[in-house]
Amino acid sequence: METQNLPLDLLERLSNACAVSGDESEVRKIVLEAVQPLADEVRVDALGNVLAIKHAQSQPSLRVMLAAHMDEVGLMIVDEEEGGLYKFEIVGGIDPRQLPGKPVWVGKDHLPGVIGARPIHLTTPDERKSAIATESLRIDLGPEGSKKAKPGDRAVFATPFKSVGPSLMGKALDDRLGVATLIELLRQAPPHLEFQAAFTVQEEIGLRGARVAAYALNPDLAFVLDATPAHDLPTWDGSENTAYNTRLGRGPAIYVADGTTLSDPRLVRFLLRVADEHHLPYQIRQPGGGGTDAGAIHRQRTGIPSVSVSVPIRHAHSAVSIARIEDWANTLHLMTQALHALTPEILNMER
Amino acid sequence: MKDLIRKLVEAIGPSGYEQAVRELIKEEVAPYADEIRVDAMGNLIVRKGEKREGGLRIMTAAHMDEIGVIATHIEEDGFVRFTTIGGVRPHTCLGGRVQFVNGVRGVIGGEKLDSMERVHSFDRLYIDVGATSKEDCPVKVGDVAAFERPFLDLGKRLVAKSMDDRIACAVQIEALRRLQTTPHEVYFVFSTQEEVGTRGAATAAFGIDPELGLSVDVTLTGDTPKGMKMAVALGKGPAIKVRDSGMLADPRVVRWMVEMAEKAHIPYQLEVLEAGSTDARAIQLTRAGVISGCLSIPCRYIHSPSEMVDYDDVQNAVSLLVALLSQPVNLV
Repeated sequence: METQNLPLDLLERLSNACAVSGDESEVRKIVLEAVQPLADEVRVDALGNVLAIKHAQSQPSLRVMLAAHMDEVGLMIVDEEEGGLYKFEIVGGIDPRQLPGKPVWVGKDHLPGVIGARPIHLTTPDERKSAIATESLRIDLGPEGSKKAKPGDRAVFATPFKSVGPSLMGKALDDRLGVATLIELLRQAPPHLEFQAAFTVQEEIGLRGARVAAYALNPDLAFVLDATPAHDLPTWDGSENTAYNTRLGRGPAIYVADGTTLSDPRLVRFLLRVADEHHLPYQIRQPGGGGTDAGAIHRQRTGIPSVSVSVPIRHAHSAVSIARIEDWANTLHLMTQALHALTPEILNMER
Repeated sequence: MKDLIRKLVEAIGPSGYEQAVRELIKEEVAPYADEIRVDAMGNLIVRKGEKREGGLRIMTAAHMDEIGVIATHIEEDGFVRFTTIGGVRPHTCLGGRVQFVNGVRGVIGGEKLDSMERVHSFDRLYIDVGATSKEDCPVKVGDVAAFERPFLDLGKRLVAKSMDDRIACAVQIEALRRLQTTPHEVYFVFSTQEEVGTRGAATAAFGIDPELGLSVDVTLTGDTPKGMKMAVALGKGPAIKVRDSGMLADPRVVRWMVEMAEKAHIPYQLEVLEAGSTDARAIQLTRAGVISGCLSIPCRYIHSPSEMVDYDDVQNAVSLLVALLSQPVNLV
């Protein structure tokens, strides 16, 4: 396993940037800077997706879309009450029980704040049995934060990126891991493919950016690069854990079915074959609910064969997620080899 | 037509894995089609006729896929945990049999019942394929299966695991065979992934860009003991859909279908369905919008392994579809 070539610095910048759905400008800036020297064409579409095209050097070529979403789940300021106390709402899927007591960064300047909660001294045992309603929580920026934030400003958990031994920790590994992977794949784009990189917006609130990106790019097929929960912990009663979604350290998670997509079986088989040929570990993400940008992409126009590949992460959509460096390396490795081996023949295969 | 129906309903084709059904239908339609193609989503698109004076580009859709299950985990002792594809309900599962697309068969068992009054949720059910360990289990995570149940011919009533919607596939195949002449460019679509959200019909309709769209699908009935209230019954003719929970049929299409049925002396019923929807919903919302309706075949016990239709209704559905497609369409 080679991990020395992983763009760790880039991932750190991406993970620390704040890009809650609908306001992805901070990540978009990093992406644009990175892809401009690598692509033949770069544009930002009406919704804010970054579309970077690397043309094929030979014909006939296959138009391959690769998508990774720039946005992350987070919070939105809705009102200032007094002296730097702000009401907020949740953007995307965050469990409200995760909120109390967490430090946050607010707005473009990453103003430091905290989601306060009444201290234990002042609560009753009965109160502590139930979750605190989000409506009753405030972000506290202190008096110096008064008038500094406006309704509509986004906020994220204040979690600096860390690389710790075999692990990566960050607030937005979902899906900056995918974004960093996609930039790296673009750098090594094989010349026989029409390489269409889509860094999408608004995935976390309903796959909105990917939908228009896929319509515009009109590819022959699509790969989606994302991060997915790993709930691979022992069960409390010692019985076999049968519902983990994915497991850390078992390699890239390849999707067969989720709540929004039945992956094209030809693409699934192709990825498994490439992984086997290169002796790369992989796991099938447990079929079930949830979804990725593939859910929007595969339904565009006359249909776009699609499959998703995710890096497993523990504690997704919380203040800090944990990934294994080797899973990321193996994901990048798998996708690199897959793109090299991909030919138009794949669409003539039996399903 | 019963031989055709038997072949179609006994094939295994859960959503996304319609290959076996597609191959069967391809063979059946080949002698009668002017053009056959398979699109990116696996829809089988069969054209008959060319648009002539007074003709339209018409799409009709019957879905090939059926509900099924997909393996999520193989336990150390070889039991297969699973989740659903489409609207499978736990009370139709226990003791049922499934067949995987790769041919493996198994039975559905459950953890010990806490109470005979309460059905297990899916996380407490499993498939037993006869394996003794994870290592000798012939099923992998992500493998897909459908319910297994032979076709049952009760004479006037026919029963199968997949009347929804193979019976409509049979209706479309038979209509294609009987359609001698048409002023229309008719696209018989055998669609994919209906049961997971009318996904195939959406992309097929985008590609065909029809001026008129119809789905052919099953609908619920209100004719069983203490069943739901619904003015559709087996044996009273195919149903002309007025609305379901996902679509309001174009009133002009409803009138056109009703008038044709009356003119041709074909029995029919009007259908108002309070739950569910069909491919017509996806067709109607394609591009700038498509004038759409739905021809329904009444069916008892939908989404169970024993879905029942009436053979006269099936044949009358064929007659009505042929009548509708044979003549210029007058939408008023």
